[in-house]
Amino acid sequence: MEFLSYFGGVFEPVAMLLLLGGTVGGLILGATPGLSPTMAVALLIPFTFHLSPTHGLILLGAAYTSTVAGGAVSAILLRIPGAPANIATALDGHEMAKQGEGARALHLSFLASGIGGVIGVLLLIFLTPVLAQWALAFGPSHLFWMAILGVTLIGSLDSKSFVKGLLSGCIGLWLSTIGYDDMQGAPRFIFADALTGGINIIAALIGLFAIPQVMEMFAKGRNAAAIQAVTVTKHKLSASAKEIGQSGRALTVGTVVGSIIGLIPGVGGQIAGLVAYDQTRKLSPHKAKFGTGHPEGVIAAESANNAMVGPSLVPLLTLSIPGSPTAAVLLGGLLIHGIFPGGDLFERHPEVIWTFINSMLLGQILMVAFGIWIAASAAKIARAPMPIMAAAVLILAVFGSYSVQQSMGDVYVMLVLGIGMYALEKFGFSAAPLVLGLILGPIAEANFIQGSMIATATDGSLAYFFGGPLNIALVSLVVGSILYSFLSNRQVNTALKTVEAAE
Amino acid sequence: MKKMIAGLGFALAAAAMTTGANAADTYPDRPISVMVSYGAGGATDFQARIVTMVAGNEDLLGQPIVIINKPGAGGRVGWNWLATKADNDGYTVGAYNVPHFIAQSIKGGVQYSTDSFEPIANWGSDPAVVVVGKDSEFDSMEDLVAYAKKNPGKTTMSGAGLFVGHHIAALQIEKACDCKMAYIPTKGGGAAAMKAVIAGDTLAGINNLSDAYRAREAGNVKILGVADLERNEEFLADVPTLKEAGLDVDNSSVNFRGLMVPKGTDPAVIEMLAAKVPEMFANGRVAKRMKAGGSPMKIMTRDEVLKMWSERQTYLEELLEGL
Repeated sequence: MEFLSYFGGVFEPVAMLLLLGGTVGGLILGATPGLSPTMAVALLIPFTFHLSPTHGLILLGAAYTSTVAGGAVSAILLRIPGAPANIATALDGHEMAKQGEGARALHLSFLASGIGGVIGVLLLIFLTPVLAQWALAFGPSHLFWMAILGVTLIGSLDSKSFVKGLLSGCIGLWLSTIGYDDMQGAPRFIFADALTGGINIIAALIGLFAIPQVMEMFAKGRNAAAIQAVTVTKHKLSASAKEIGQSGRALTVGTVVGSIIGLIPGVGGQIAGLVAYDQTRKLSPHKAKFGTGHPEGVIAAESANNAMVGPSLVPLLTLSIPGSPTAAVLLGGLLIHGIFPGGDLFERHPEVIWTFINSMLLGQILMVAFGIWIAASAAKIARAPMPIMAAAVLILAVFGSYSVQQSMGDVYVMLVLGIGMYALEKFGFSAAPLVLGLILGPIAEANFIQGSMIATATDGSLAYFFGGPLNIALVSLVVGSILYSFLSNRQVNTALKTVEAAE
Repeated sequence: MKKMIAGLGFALAAAAMTTGANAADTYPDRPISVMVSYGAGGATDFQARIVTMVAGNEDLLGQPIVIINKPGAGGRVGWNWLATKADNDGYTVGAYNVPHFIAQSIKGGVQYSTDSFEPIANWGSDPAVVVVGKDSEFDSMEDLVAYAKKNPGKTTMSGAGLFVGHHIAALQIEKACDCKMAYIPTKGGGAAAMKAVIAGDTLAGINNLSDAYRAREAGNVKILGVADLERNEEFLADVPTLKEAGLDVDNSSVNFRGLMVPKGTDPAVIEMLAAKVPEMFANGRVAKRMKAGGSPMKIMTRDEVLKMWSERQTYLEELLEGL
């Protein structure tokens, strides 16, 4: 309960102002396409030069928390996920916005983020020493199996067809090999200079999700009769709160999955949302509704990606190992003030570290309050005429992909991928499995290479990749996941055949 | 209104005249970008942000410096960009990491070499050190070498990647002890390599002095040796050099960090930067922040860096031959 005694520090006037500023600023930065939480935190680091360590960390902590949640705004309203963490939010969230339920989707998303986030930070407060050991348990072979487990989700993420889901995933895996390979430095599939660094994940996200939608809107906009007027339904906060109260399953799955994945260094929060979304769907009695604007999808995805924030800091604070790109930037923020993370950080600088953690706790709550406040007005965006909306999304997409590393090459990559995705969508493929392949490819590859090098030097590949309880558990999960997808796919097929036969 | 337009006209004409006269005289008249070929949060990025933070001071460059990250493939992406795409007008500066970029250019497959760039000045040197987990059976370099001799090829050592300082140090150690180890490159830089050591994924590891110092402060690792000519008195006075431990390893793997510009930049601009930049690195506020972060500084002038580059080039060509 030591942390309670440091709560006073958060309520100092300056600290409070920074917390408010960080939260509001973070929401806006997070909602801006192309500005991932990592970028947002990196942008704020220079400001902390002039602040005391405690104040600097309050600003960074608040910004980290709220940028992750802010990404949901553009994911829901514009179908541009602000960061990989928000991909799953876009799947059902944007469908809801199109049906005029944008305000409801935003309410649910912020409430779920808040609940997941608070639980995540509480885990950080109470279980840090235990969790640190857990984070270290994942070696190259385990991370490889984790990535493979993620790949097996690919087939089931696409609700329409198992095979097409797998195919999209494979395209994603292939795209992830483009560029210099990180281990050996071999150039692969580099046909244009813009591709030397590989495909930038943020630019790819924007292209794959936003561009097909823009093209769709332009196509419809030419035909005046096809323009549907979206009536934006006002949504009462109490109704949303009640709905959240009744979505125990989605919240639990999201929070648990998010916390566990957030903890594992190297996998990070990128896939937390997608995995939670997929698990919730598998456990839900309303499987078919996912992807058509089902609130459970939004709740699972958003509770997961904020639950990940707290645990993702465990390896950083206890072992000085940044587990995610954002944690790496936060490490810089700590070092600049001469604070070295590590086991005894909580004894040496308790006032700094507890105030930082407390500010994240309070930041979660402030983030929910501000998020809900903007939800009502933000949801009206859906009412904009389609051609205007399409143009606005296109501008944001170009701006967002350029701003990632000030490179026009990324804009071209974004456009090419987007146009390609438009064509693929016409054939029933979808973007989510493709992106998952793109994210998991490098993780699986690097850990496989590393693992096999260690295996060759030690006991051989079989013992290294299949030995030990954690490897066996992960392999069983992989096999189970494949069997599940296969069986449920067969069930759907049989059901379809029965329907056809009956007609 | 007319006055304003006339004023604007004058201003434009004046601006045109100055650019017409000699760009080098007024350099720099706008912010300068420094390209870092590693991601935000990495050691190079972190240090580059600190050493350039006082650039805006009137007695230094008088213009702020902004950091642009172009990460990928162990730095190859950024240096390729600097060599082939960047403007050589003096407003695009790059951060170098030696021996990384020199070793990569010797290995081939990239569009740069030492001839593609002009050094400005060096700000830091981060020697490679050998680390083992805190519960490791090895307490000295001698222990580790004895184990490697008994179990050829089984001593796994993590490092940040291939053809970076850590890899060079591993190659030198293997050569010096005449024994076979297994160097395991990681994706994700020094942090991932350190994690491999702490978690026991590998028996030992090569890492940066600054990161290893922090990991030791946190009680996670033991540091067995420093791959440098002298001990580091500031941070690790108790850790012997590899030479002291009986291994003939010099300072070729030391990670030097500094600034450079693309070839073809106006010599007057290079001269101006070469004079002012070391002064900027020597600024008291910079030194204080660098020390707080556990980052060893080593300020070297343009001439010293030119000499260091050419020495490294010769040595690395020899070491990497036939690899």
